[in-house]
Formats: sequence, structure tokens, C-alpha cells
Amino acid sequence: MELNYYLILSAILFSIGTLGVLVRRNAIVIFMCVEMMLNAVNLTFIALSKYLGNMDGQIFVFFVMTVAAAEAAVGLALMIAFYKNRESIDVEDITLMKL
Amino acid sequence: MLEYVWLIPLFPLIGAVFNGLLGKKIKNEAIIGGIGTAMMVCSFIVSCGILLQLVGMPAEERVFQKVVFSWIHAGNFTADMAFLVDPLSTVMIMVVTGVGALIHLYSIGYMHGEEGFYRYFSYLNLFAMSMLLLVLGANMLVMFIGWEGVGLCSYLLIGYYFHKKSAGDAAKKAFVMNRVGDFGFLIGMFTLYWWLGSNHNVWTINFVELKTASNLLPYGGVVTLATLCFFLGATGKSAQIPLYTWLPDAMEGPTPVSALIHAATMVTAGVYMIGRMSFVFVKAPETMMVVAIIGAATAIFAATIGTAQNDIKRVLAYSTVSQLGFMFLAMGVGAFTAGIFHLMTHAFFKACLFLGSGSVIHAMHHALHHGHLHDDPQDMRNMGGLRKVMPITFVTFLVSTIAIAGIPGFSGFFSKDEILWQAFSNPFHGGLNVFLWGTGAVAACFTAFYMFRLVFMTFFGECRINPKVKDHLHESPLVITIPLMVLGFLAVVGGYIGMPKLLGMLPNYFEHWLEPVFETANGYAHTYVHVEEYGHAWEWGLMGASVVIAVFGISIAYVLYIASPSIPARFTAAFPALHRAVFNKWYIDELYDFLFVNPCKAIGTFLWKGFDVVVIDGIVDGTAYVVRGFSGVLRNIQTGYVHNYALTMALGVVVIIAFYIFH
Repeated sequence: MELNYYLILSAILFSIGTLGVLVRRNAIVIFMCVEMMLNAVNLTFIALSKYLGNMDGQIFVFFVMTVAAAEAAVGLALMIAFYKNRESIDVEDITLMKL
Repeated sequence: MLEYVWLIPLFPLIGAVFNGLLGKKIKNEAIIGGIGTAMMVCSFIVSCGILLQLVGMPAEERVFQKVVFSWIHAGNFTADMAFLVDPLSTVMIMVVTGVGALIHLYSIGYMHGEEGFYRYFSYLNLFAMSMLLLVLGANMLVMFIGWEGVGLCSYLLIGYYFHKKSAGDAAKKAFVMNRVGDFGFLIGMFTLYWWLGSNHNVWTINFVELKTASNLLPYGGVVTLATLCFFLGATGKSAQIPLYTWLPDAMEGPTPVSALIHAATMVTAGVYMIGRMSFVFVKAPETMMVVAIIGAATAIFAATIGTAQNDIKRVLAYSTVSQLGFMFLAMGVGAFTAGIFHLMTHAFFKACLFLGSGSVIHAMHHALHHGHLHDDPQDMRNMGGLRKVMPITFVTFLVSTIAIAGIPGFSGFFSKDEILWQAFSNPFHGGLNVFLWGTGAVAACFTAFYMFRLVFMTFFGECRINPKVKDHLHESPLVITIPLMVLGFLAVVGGYIGMPKLLGMLPNYFEHWLEPVFETANGYAHTYVHVEEYGHAWEWGLMGASVVIAVFGISIAYVLYIASPSIPARFTAAFPALHRAVFNKWYIDELYDFLFVNPCKAIGTFLWKGFDVVVIDGIVDGTAYVVRGFSGVLRNIQTGYVHNYALTMALGVVVIIAFYIFH
């Protein structure tokens, strides 16, 4: 089995996700990018688990998926609340912390 | 009954708390005033029970201490919330609760319809509680609580009409001047405690223990220092030179307050304190001399001012200062019993005089109010001829005036004559005695003069009130006149419990009663002074002299204000400078303003505008400016955009990972 292909794919996905978080303005797109980063990490876990013959990585993936599901629920709720107040989900409009 | 002594201050406290918290909601004057008065009556009943029980005990056992709870125990220092019942404190609680109850009753009528009726009764009860704490305290600290408490209530009640600026100023003046005295009290207490403790390992502030330990104290030296400090406290509270100027201004308060606080009870606290500590004072001959001289000087000084005042309450205020001077004179010549005796008779007749003046002011105020006139209801020049419309007030007032003037048969004569006799015959001050007696006698002459001047101007002659409202002058209601009658009666008969032995009709119960209290002090005195025996002829002679003096003062007043009323005006015209000086109270207030108040204000203004604004504010604001400058630079980092933070975070992660990979 060629491990490197998986790791490279995972690295590419993670980088795309990171770049998306940094450059996109739409909160939902940013949110999707975060999900992509999480799944890139999941891919690494699975690949290494298979490669090393150890189940720990696969169990970890379940935890990550659980957290991602919880995060999706909270994150979407935040966005709905924000949209109700500002009629926008553009992160440039969330600058309340600035003086 | 002695076990229940703690009830005496508790009753007024209940009244104060009840009226203070609920009075605003109740609004019913009968309930509020009734509760305030009932609480004082309850205290009076308990006091009577204690007096009766004490009378039934052998003289040497009449000392009882009741520890209510332990308060402070720290190392050597012990101060319990404890009450001391002995003949001296019993006299005081009888006066405070008895006169206090009458004045509470009177207040129901006098304060009728006033805004803040409940507030008044709450303060008055609180005052009674503090005063009872002061006289019952078994150690100096409990006494000091009462001492401060009465000062506070005095402040609150002088400033009762707080919307008037003059009342607020008078309240502040009284409070600040009392603070000067309180500081003396504290220093005296510390000195005595520290000296006895560090030299003889007797760490105590308890009066009974101090009395036992007082034989360890030296004559003079540190005791002089401590007693002078205590006396400073007494001059503040009891309005003696140099701290007397607050008392005449205190007349801004309601008249019953002047009667209770500024005549009968609180201002006598200094005299009581010296009596309580007599065994310490008598060990400091220099202090005794200072007390006697200050007392005599105050007696005559205040009496001269009283002769030229036109405000009825101000005359009485200066009269009070003068009579307090007599009490201090008695204390200073070692005549403690006579001083306390005068304290008691003075409480009767001066309370009656103040309440009588209140009754007059009440009537004047209503008449003037009816006619929508803005004349001063307290100015005696607007009065005159009131004896016909206010017969009860007039008779009680006249009786009390005769008592204060010192006419034989009335209470004031017995006590004042005893003081003058002791001033002359005491063994303490040698050649000074004649001057002390002379000053006292002249002051007594002035007293008779200005008091009868007051009576003649108020009750005799033509009615000078605006004729429009003349028919609206009426005698006050019964709730006001009953206390007057009781006090007037006491002003007559109160003296018979302390008749001089010389007259021989009755034994001197009062002296006998207080003998155990002052036994120790008299014992110390006899170790360093030689008692010179004066014959009965001397005593008879001086007694006759004081009667002549009183009659002389009254006759002058009669001549000047009844027989030929044009003389005072001609006299004023002949000596304008003298009249102006007396009328303006010898410019003492102006002198104090110049010497103390204005320099203090100048220092305060400098500290405010110079030090506070420039230095303190400069440091504080400067620190803030510097911090703001730096943060202004750093603030640029915080853009508020989420992706900027995310980028920083990502870069940070890259840097950390790179560090681990390439390290």
C-alpha cells in the first residue's frame, strides 16, 4: 500500500481548507472549509491506522466526527442568530470587538 | 430589679428603631409620639425601681455591675458591654428618663403637623438611648459610645430643619467642635490606660477597677496630662470656654430639643464625666485649678452676653453655658456633690424654661402665621404682656426664673449657694478662692438680671406683637402645659433633697446619697490639702450676700424694663461700643473664624487646588495618558476581522511546526 498518496491528498485538502478559512468572507463557506480541514485530518488518521495495523486512529476519527457534528449544530445556530440581527453572514460585518 | 438595668437603654432603642423604620408608613402622630413617649416612661419606671432598690441597700453596697455581653477581649485589654449602677448613675438616669419622658410628651404637642414627625421622635429616642448608655457605662469605652452617640443625635436634631442653611451650619459647627473635645477624651483614656498598665500592670478601663487602682496614681505629672485631656473633652461636650460657641447656635433645632439635649442632659455629660472620674481629677491639683477657673470664667462671660440678646432662646442658651460654668466651678473646687446637685436642679428649671419659651414661641408662631406676618416669633421685642394670655406658661416660667436667680426656697438657691460657698471655703486653691467666689457671685447677679429681663420683656408690659394678630395669641394645649407644670413643681421642690446643713430643717439627703461615690476623691484631697474651718457666721454671711446679689440683679431688671424702660436705650446710646461688643457676643465667633476657621479653609483650598488638582491628579492622569499612548500603537493589531485572527493563528502554527521540524 502506498501511504504517501493518502498523506499528500490529505495535505492538499487541509491546505485548501485553511486557505478557504483565511480568504473567504461568507461564514457558511468558512464553516465548510473547517469541515474540510477536519476531514483531511480524518483521512490521515485512517491511512496511518491501516498502515500501522492499529485501530486507535479509527476510533479517533469517530470522536472527530462527533465533535464536527456538534460544531455544525452550534455554528449554524450562531449564524442564524447573526443573520437575524444583521441580515448578513459576512464575517467582515462581525467587527464588534474592534474599538 | 438591678439585673434589668439593660432594659433602660433598650426601651428608647426599640422606639428609635420602630419609629425610624415604620414611622414614615404609619403617619399617625398619636401612635408615633405615643410610642416614643411610652418607651421613655417604661425606662423611667425601671429607673424608679432601681432607685428604690438602691435606697433599700446599705450605703457601701450600692455598686452593681451588669455585664450584658463580652465585647472586646484582646490580650490584656478587656471591654465588656457592661452597665454600672451606683448612686451617681442613678441620679443621672432618673434625670434623663424623667425629664426626657416629659419632653417627649411635650414634643407631641409642639411638633404637631411638622413634616418628619417620625424622624424627630426616632432621633429623640436614639438620643435618650445614647445618653443612658453614657451615664450607665461601666467602662470608658461604653461611655464613649454614648458620648459619640449623643453628639450624633445632637447633630441630627440641630439640623432637623435641614432646608434652612443656618440650621445645617449650626449642626456642622456643633459636630466639629465636639470632635475637638472627643479627641481629648480619647487621648486621656489612652494615657490613663497606658500609664497604669505599663507601670503597675493594671490594664483596665473599668471605672470600679480604676477607682481601686487609683491609689497607684501619682499626684500631678501624668495624671495632670490625662485629666486635662479629659477636661478638653468636657469643654467640648459641655460648652465651656474655649469650645462653647456651638451651643448658642444649636438653638436652630426645635425647642424641645434645646430643652432636652442642650440644657438638661447632653451638655451636662462633661460634668458627669468629671464626677465619675473624680478620684483621678482630684489627684491633679493643677487640673482642678484649670477646671475651676474655666468654670468661673465661662459663668461670667456667658452671663454678660446673655444680657444683650433679644432672641428668647439665645438668652436661655447663654444662661445654660453660664450655669454649666457654675457646675464646672463646683467640680474644680472639689465640691462634686454640689456640682451634681446643681446639674439636677438645673435640669428641672432650665428644661422648664426652655419648654416655656417653646410654648411662647408656639403661640407667637401661630398668631403671626394666622396674620401672614413674617415677624420673628422668637424675638422678645415682639412679645410683652403675655402673662394674661398664657397664664400657665407664665407661672411655670416665673417659678423657674426665680429658681435660677437663686431666691431662697427654690431649688436653684440651694444648689447655687452651695457652689458659691464651696468656691469660697474649699481647701484647694488658697488665695484664688476669693476671686472664684467673687466671679461666681457677679455671674449670679448677671443671671438674676438677664433672666428677669427676659421675663419682663416677654410676659410684662405692653403687648408689642402686631395688633392685627393680638387676639390670636392663646395658651398652649394641655400636652404642652402638663410637662411645664410638672417641671415647674420640680423646680421649686427639687432643691429640698439637698438642703444645706446650716439651715438644719432637713438633712442633706443628696450629699448623703452621693457620699460613697466621692469618698475616694475626698480621701485623696485630704492627703495634700489642709481643710480650713470657717465658722457658721461666714456661711450665713455669704448666704445672705448671695440673696442680696440676686435681689439686686432682679431690681435692676425691674428698674430698667418695667419702671423706666427708656434707660436701656439711653444706656446703649451712651456706650455704643460696649453694647455692640456684648450684642455681638464679644466677637468670639469672628475671632475663631480669623484664628482657626479661615486658616483651615485656606489650607484646605490650597490642598484642593494646589496639591490635589496639580500633583495627585497629575500623577493619576499622567499614568493613564502613558498607558493610552502605548495601547494606541498596539490597538492597530486588533482589526476585528475574523480572518485576520485566523491568518495569524495559522502562521503561528506554521512557525511552531517549522521550529520542531528544522530544529
